[in-house]
This record gives sequence, structure tokens and C-alpha cells, in this order.
Amino acid sequence: MRSSLESAALFPGMPRVVAVTGISGNLGRVLARLLHTETSLVGIDRRPFPERPKDLVHHEVDLRKRKVEEVFRRHPVEAVIHLGHGHHPRTPFSETHSFNILGTAKLFELCVQHGVKKLVVLSSSTVYGPAPDNSNFLTEEAPLMAADRYSGVRDLIELDMYAQSFLWKHPEVETVVLRPVHIVGPTIENAASKYLRLAYPVTVLGFDPMIQLIHAEDACLALALALRPGARGVYNVTGPGEVPLSAILRELGRTPIPVPHLFVRALIGRAFEARLIDFPPEQLDHLQYLCAVDGSLAIRDLGYSPRHTLKETIRSVL
Amino acid sequence: MSELGAVVRGSLRALTFELGGPGSRERLAKLEPARNEYGVDPYGFDVDYAMAAMAPFLWLYRKYFRVLVHGIEKVPQSGRLLIIANHSGQLPFDAAMLGLSLLVELDPPRYARALVERWVPRLPFVSSFYARLGQVVGTPENCRRLLAAEEALLVFPEGVRGLCKPFWQSYRLKSFGVGFMRLALETGTPIVPVGIVGAEEQAPALLDLKPLARLLAMPALPLTPTPLALPLPTRYHLHFGEPLRFKGSPDDEDHLLEGKVEEVKGAIEKLLAKGLKERRHIFW
Repeated sequence: MRSSLESAALFPGMPRVVAVTGISGNLGRVLARLLHTETSLVGIDRRPFPERPKDLVHHEVDLRKRKVEEVFRRHPVEAVIHLGHGHHPRTPFSETHSFNILGTAKLFELCVQHGVKKLVVLSSSTVYGPAPDNSNFLTEEAPLMAADRYSGVRDLIELDMYAQSFLWKHPEVETVVLRPVHIVGPTIENAASKYLRLAYPVTVLGFDPMIQLIHAEDACLALALALRPGARGVYNVTGPGEVPLSAILRELGRTPIPVPHLFVRALIGRAFEARLIDFPPEQLDHLQYLCAVDGSLAIRDLGYSPRHTLKETIRSVL
Repeated sequence: MSELGAVVRGSLRALTFELGGPGSRERLAKLEPARNEYGVDPYGFDVDYAMAAMAPFLWLYRKYFRVLVHGIEKVPQSGRLLIIANHSGQLPFDAAMLGLSLLVELDPPRYARALVERWVPRLPFVSSFYARLGQVVGTPENCRRLLAAEEALLVFPEGVRGLCKPFWQSYRLKSFGVGFMRLALETGTPIVPVGIVGAEEQAPALLDLKPLARLLAMPALPLTPTPLALPLPTRYHLHFGEPLRFKGSPDDEDHLLEGKVEEVKGAIEKLLAKGLKERRHIFW
């Protein structure tokens, strides 16, 4: 597959030193590949980053530890991209919560102390939550209702709101919160990508919601464009369009297993408890109801537009 | 399986063009909604699917309800539009017939999206069927977006209260909300009032089992003499009125907007009165 991003000319005024948290993750690696030629990158992650680009400095450190401060003392960090939060349904909530919220708090504090000019925080459009009475395209003003039906998403919502309050309290740090739709890609291991890789995915009988996907490279492009001087605020980020779930599964050659909605939650719940699958039953809402967003603000303000077509984006999970 | 589906869809489309009358294939081809490589618009409207799904409803339109339209030329050919009508008949065949009339009686055809109740997306099959026909949940946000894109919307301000009213209240309009008027003022959208005669007798409800409806999380559960509220073959008359344009602030208090809403309601009542007077018989 062509990688359209490597030679991308982004924008004038790119910050000279950019720290990226969570850079060893699957999305972080895609971002590193895109940005390392554009600016000088500093990685912060508690995991190692073995096959990193040579011009990238990596610090293997937990965001909650005092040692993180050294990164900011040693490098004149001008901008921070915060991907270093995880939301795996199998990790105990207290552990995820401590890592996500305390780590984020520490990072924000360091941004203020060290005069970081730009902060980009990755959130997700799943914070709005799929619901039967959702408008077809949710704007950034829509309430974050996801925890209403799925409590596993509440620390992501907390993180998103925390970043928003930071945005208002610290106008000296240009803060951008990005809420991309389901990120997919050949190396991505999130729930959406894993679901689309199933040969026999469970669907909810009689439901076929419109789904929005974004290629990991396009999501990273939006993260990079958010570094643009002057950009500030909360933005939904969409991919090349929306398609019915059935069309995605047909494109990928899957054989869906439709289960009546009256039983599907119990079935998936049992399978999750028995550790047969990693999909919590609440995630079924995404197969049943709309959670699509309006991404026009990011297109207008960040100069973002997806570079991958709909077909490429769908087929990127293969 | 999918091949069988394609054959069925193909023959249904052929039936649609046959029932649509001569030249309907060419006329309907003028419908060109935005669509991506998977054949849908951003709201999930699939025009090919719609052409096939239309066939059974068009059969009802031509052969069962034998719809007659009066004054359909008053519907503007393009630009944002709210089409406001009375709602009745237990099952929303009136909405289907009104939507179809704009597709088969106008040249070029006008495609109008109906706004559906908030509980529809909870229903299996119905939810995806409606979505492929391009219908959306009637949130103010959806309406604003579609009107800004110069689309036409079908609105039934009586909602389920009108749809499921008992037979002794036929042709007595339930109260209209002011939401559609706020929308019209905010977006500068003209309103075409429509009086639908015929649907009110198709499935006379004897009573509404409200407690049972609540138990089943349905908006209403009317009891009709025909099983499953199947409609009787009453003849439909669709009476279109002159477009109404309103001026004022969308943020006015409800009581200020109610006067304007009454004007629309009055226009529909007048169309209904005319339609009832001209009608010779319920069934023909």
C-alpha cells in the first residue's frame, strides 16, 4: 500500500521540538513515521521503542514518575502530542484510571512549567456514545453521553473534559483536543480494527448503522496539522465518509453472524466473561446505533482532509 | 444469497417503473442524490434500494389506495422546503403515499425525507429500512442540516398522537408543536400545507391501550377492527396548498409562534374541509 504521508509538506511554522507520549503504541509509531522528518521528535513511553527512526530520541519512562521532568529539562520542547493513554477493556479500571488521569495531569503541569506553546490531546468520537436518538452528525457541542451506557469509556471522557478545562484555564498553552472516528489501519489493534478482522463478525439482526472510519495515517495527519500555530479548540476528525456496516463487511469479504438484539448482549456478555472475546457487550451499541460526527470544523480550521479513499480506509485492516 | 437479492431487487425496480407509468424510468433517473462508491449518501439513503423498496408501496398507491393528487404543482421544484400534513391511520401509510406522490407525479421528481420518531432507530429491520430510504430522526440538528442543504422534509406535527387517534376524532387535528415553525423561521423555509383525506378511515382505532403500550415501550398501541392495524382500501386524496412564508424571530416565546402555527393548521383544516366536501365516497 502506498504511504502518501512520508513526503507530506505540512505547514510553515512547525514547532522545532515535539514530544509525543505513547509513541511506542501502534498509532504512535505511525505518527513517528510521519513527523520525524518534519521536526525533531522526542518519544515518551513506559514501553521501549525498538525500531524507531534514528533521528528520534526515546525516553522510556512512566508519565506519572518524577523522571519525566528530565525530558523537559533536557529538550526545549515546544509542543506536546498526548497519545499516552490506554483504554483496554481487560485492564483493571483503577490501573487504567491512574495511568490515564494522573499521567495526563502530570503532563499538563509540565507543559505549563516548561513553557510548552502547543498541546494536542487525542480523544475519540466514541465519547459521544452511540444512541438511538443521536442526530446523524454530532457536532463538537454535543454532550459526551457515552458513559451513560458503557462505563468503560468514562476515563476517556474524564480525560477529554480535563483537557477542555485546561484549554480554558491555560490560554498560554494552545490546546487542541481531537476526537477522531474509529481509527483503523494495518497495525492498529483497537476494538474497531479487531472487529473488522474477524472472519465471522457478530452483527445485530435488523440493524445496519452508518459507520465512520479513519485511516491511522489520516488520524496522524490531523494530529500533525493540529500543531499549526493558532489552532486551538475541540475538533471532530472524520475520514473519507460514512457507509453502512453491512457494506464494510461486504467489502472485506466477511460472513456476518446476525444475532437478534434480544439475545446478543447476553451472548456477548457471557463470551466476554469467559474470556473468549475481548469485546465488552456494551460495545454492541456501535453495531446498532449511530455515533457519527460532523468533521467540517477540522477541515476548515486545521486544513485537514483525508488522503485515503473510503475503500482504502476500509481495506486497511486487512 | 446476494445474487438472489440482486434478482429480487431488479424485478422490484422493474415493477416500480411499470407502476410509475410511461416515462417514469427517465423521470426517476433525474433523482441524483450525493452518493459514495457504496451507493449511499451521508445519511444512508440508497437510491437503488429505494427504487426497489418503492414497488410494493407504489402498488398500494396505484391499486389499493388509488391516490388522487390535487394541486401538487404548488410544490416548489427546488430549494429548502417543509411539507406539513395531517397524520392518521395507525400505520404511517399516509407518509409513504405523500412521499411517493412527490416522486411519481412531479417532473422532475422531488425527493422528500420524512422525519421519524425517536424510538424508530430502536426497531430492528424498520430502523435500517428507513435509513436506506433516507429518513432521519427528527432532531432539530438533523433538520437544520438538511434544510441548509436545500432538501425537502415531510413533517407531521401531530406525531404519534395524530397517527393513533381513535376514529371519532377523524379529521380533527391534534395540537401542533411549535418546533417546525421555529425551524422554518430560523432557516427561512417555505411551508407547503397538505391535507390528506382517506387515511383517517383506513384503520379506525377503537381505543388506545396506553398501559400496555408503556409496558412495551411503544408510543401507542391502538386496537383496530382489522388485525395488526391493516388498512382498509380507502381512496386517498392529497390536497396541496399554496406555499406559506413566515417572517419573525425563531427565538420568540411559544405563544407568539402559536399564531403562526395556527395559520398552518388552519390551512390544512381548510384543505381537509374542501377534500371532504368534494369526496363522493370513502372507498371510491
